Amino acid sequence: MLAFLIKRSANAIFVMLSVSFIAFMIFRFVGDPVELMLNEQATQTQRDELRTRLGLDESFIKQFGTFVTNAAQGDFGISFRNQQDVLGMISERFPATFELVIVATLISLVVGIPMGVITAIRRQTWYAETMQFTSIIGVSLPSFVVGIGLILIFSVWLGWLPAFGRGETVDIGWWSTGLLTHSGRMSIILPALSLSLFQVTLVMRLVRAEMLEVLRSDFIKFARARGVPARVIHFRHALRNCLMPVVTMTAMQIGGLIAFALVTETVFQWPGMGLLFIQAVTFVDVPIMAAYLCIVALIFVLLNTIVDITYAVIDPRLRGAEK
Amino acid sequence: MILGFCPKALLAGGLVATLSATGALADTVKWGAPRDIVSLDPYSYGDSYTINFLNHIYEGLVRFNRDLEIEPGLAESWEIVSPTTWRFKLREGVEFHNGNPFTAEDVLASLQRVSDETSPLKGNLPAYKSAEVVDEYTIDIELTGPYPLLLNDLTNILIFDKNWLVENNAEKPTDVSAGVEGFATFNTNGTGPFRLESRTPEAQTILIANTDWWDEPAHNLTRIEFQPVTSAATRVAAILSGEVDFIDSVPVQDLPRLQAAPNLKVLERTDLRTVMLGFNRRDELVAGGENPMNDLRVRQAMQMAVDMDLIRDKVMRGKSRNAGTLVAPAIPGYSEVLDEVVGVDVERAKGLLAEAGYADGFEFDFICTNESYVNEEQFCQAIASMWSRIGLEPRLDIGPNAKQTPKRANGQADVYTIGWATLPMLDTYSILIQMLHSKQGNAGVFNWGGWSYPDIDRLTQAAGVELDREKRLAMETEALRIAKEEIVMMPLHQQPMAWAASSDFEDFPQFPDNKPRLWYVTR
Repeated sequence: MLAFLIKRSANAIFVMLSVSFIAFMIFRFVGDPVELMLNEQATQTQRDELRTRLGLDESFIKQFGTFVTNAAQGDFGISFRNQQDVLGMISERFPATFELVIVATLISLVVGIPMGVITAIRRQTWYAETMQFTSIIGVSLPSFVVGIGLILIFSVWLGWLPAFGRGETVDIGWWSTGLLTHSGRMSIILPALSLSLFQVTLVMRLVRAEMLEVLRSDFIKFARARGVPARVIHFRHALRNCLMPVVTMTAMQIGGLIAFALVTETVFQWPGMGLLFIQAVTFVDVPIMAAYLCIVALIFVLLNTIVDITYAVIDPRLRGAEK
Repeated sequence: MILGFCPKALLAGGLVATLSATGALADTVKWGAPRDIVSLDPYSYGDSYTINFLNHIYEGLVRFNRDLEIEPGLAESWEIVSPTTWRFKLREGVEFHNGNPFTAEDVLASLQRVSDETSPLKGNLPAYKSAEVVDEYTIDIELTGPYPLLLNDLTNILIFDKNWLVENNAEKPTDVSAGVEGFATFNTNGTGPFRLESRTPEAQTILIANTDWWDEPAHNLTRIEFQPVTSAATRVAAILSGEVDFIDSVPVQDLPRLQAAPNLKVLERTDLRTVMLGFNRRDELVAGGENPMNDLRVRQAMQMAVDMDLIRDKVMRGKSRNAGTLVAPAIPGYSEVLDEVVGVDVERAKGLLAEAGYADGFEFDFICTNESYVNEEQFCQAIASMWSRIGLEPRLDIGPNAKQTPKRANGQADVYTIGWATLPMLDTYSILIQMLHSKQGNAGVFNWGGWSYPDIDRLTQAAGVELDREKRLAMETEALRIAKEEIVMMPLHQQPMAWAASSDFEDFPQFPDNKPRLWYVTR
């Protein structure tokens, strides 16, 4: 087990280094931060001086080396544009993104699982067919279109829900939550809904496929023969056997949702990490972009590692394979 | 925070406290802004949007009035003691928000901070050399040479409280390369009409009226809730649903929708910013080969081929103002005679090209961004196809600003777009020294095409030290005339700008520099 852990950690570090290396290569093509940092009246000398002070005239390898050395010590520098500690800025916005992702995931499970079950046990009915068909919309519509559509309906026409922002927040230690206030709860509905749409479809289709598989198995036939009511068979026996892959996939997708929340965050002005990143890209704020990519990569790596370890704990054969 | 978005919930949910608060907040402006301010420190980033917002909290020695004329601010009066020394008499009895009195020491500390080596705003005060406190309410500012535009520059230098800076170890501007945060990034202490209540970056910045302000307020607001809403569609939705009651940067295509809304008024006009095209004037084109654009006839042909009326009517939806000269009418140095627009004449353009020896046209790189100016992508495409009509072959390259700017600045563009509003100076001198002047020393930073016109250089330098306003403006106009004749830059138009506000506002002045100054707003 120890060897397994060490190997996984080494893998994780390698992935992190590669991500930051690739990220750094990309930054060279994003543009020149200095041109944007100074205003119209700055002279050429001032521009060159700033470039030198920021170390942007150094070689690529040297800049990357400095970055990795500092990042390993948890120092990502301060933002070129906001002059604030980058790690502080990201951790300040992390709760917003995290809550959004968790609520979206809950919506996708609460809506997706029953829909999956229904479409599996009521094949051929008109409503199951309709659900199947409309779920296509969930995967095929880009999320900014969905977001704008939701805003138009629920904010402009009906006036029920706010179009942007996070509402009032309450601080619990360093964590700021919007879930404890009325306006915060109202504010999270639309963005979470628009973020969850893709997930709903995914969960529904996964549950449906698994259900169809399970319903054909012997123990369901025996249960039927024994006269167990259909509701109990479907929701207690069959569904439970479908949930393992759903839970795994949901856990893995949380990383993806955190990374892809940036479109939703931009549309709804959700003050999370994605919005910060988008603005950093516009202004070539290299410290923020670098830190964001590393942190998102870290989240992915951690989630994957946890899933792998869990599997290894559950299934001894995987542990054996490592030897 | 957000009131009135959910009337049913208010009635059903019984949020009585919130409901009764609505009355007290009647004088609130809920501002849906296209972007957040970058920092609370006015000397942090050369960003005029941030500086204008912070102008609600901090003030300068002088300020622009409603007609964008300079008037006394924290300075009561001034005189030119010698050509390079200006003496400012400061207003007495002014207090900072924390109660500290305002004195000449504060001005000195602010000038030192803004002109520090590491200050990104150093360029905003180009002629500053040193300052000396004469007495508690008098300060002398020493310049590097005679310089007529000191007051224009000072409108943007917001004044800090020295004691507050010293106590919080913030006398020097925050140096990004040192990687340490500054106190002034998160806190404010100004003398202005509003004081900071709270700020959550990317979400909300709340200002409340400073009841102890030294000046008679022209506004009757008690509170400003500044909320960035980056996505334009969401911003428009937010004002339609009443979540905000003022937005700036309304997209041109959404204006009819907002005009149709009964509870809103749309404020629109043309911006001070003149959008123009610059030409590569080096010996070779970017892709190599002789550069035809050094021939005046070629530039004339390129100008005549472009139908600005068509672009105004189709691309800009009739909202832009075609420009004949490089500055807008409100800018000192502007001349109506020069503003005559060159008409479109495709046949003559072809003739001129043939005369110059390019009857078969030539290929060149045309660099545009997709975000810097209103509908830029579309008008660049239109111009490119108009040039194809006379046989030219522009290679249109459109990308984000951060990516295109280095190309333009490093001479990797044959034709490029650029807009110039002469801000924060508000004088023709700004474009002359920064763009039209040859690239020498501190001049011609935006001379991206590498041209040199000794006559323009001479006039610019003379205007830069001429203290007589009339003489100075005459020289600036003359330089603009040469620029027009030689087509150094090809002016396109002044772009439209639009704001929308709730019709509850009694007075909501719109400024041509696109800066909302809410201290003039009443409701």
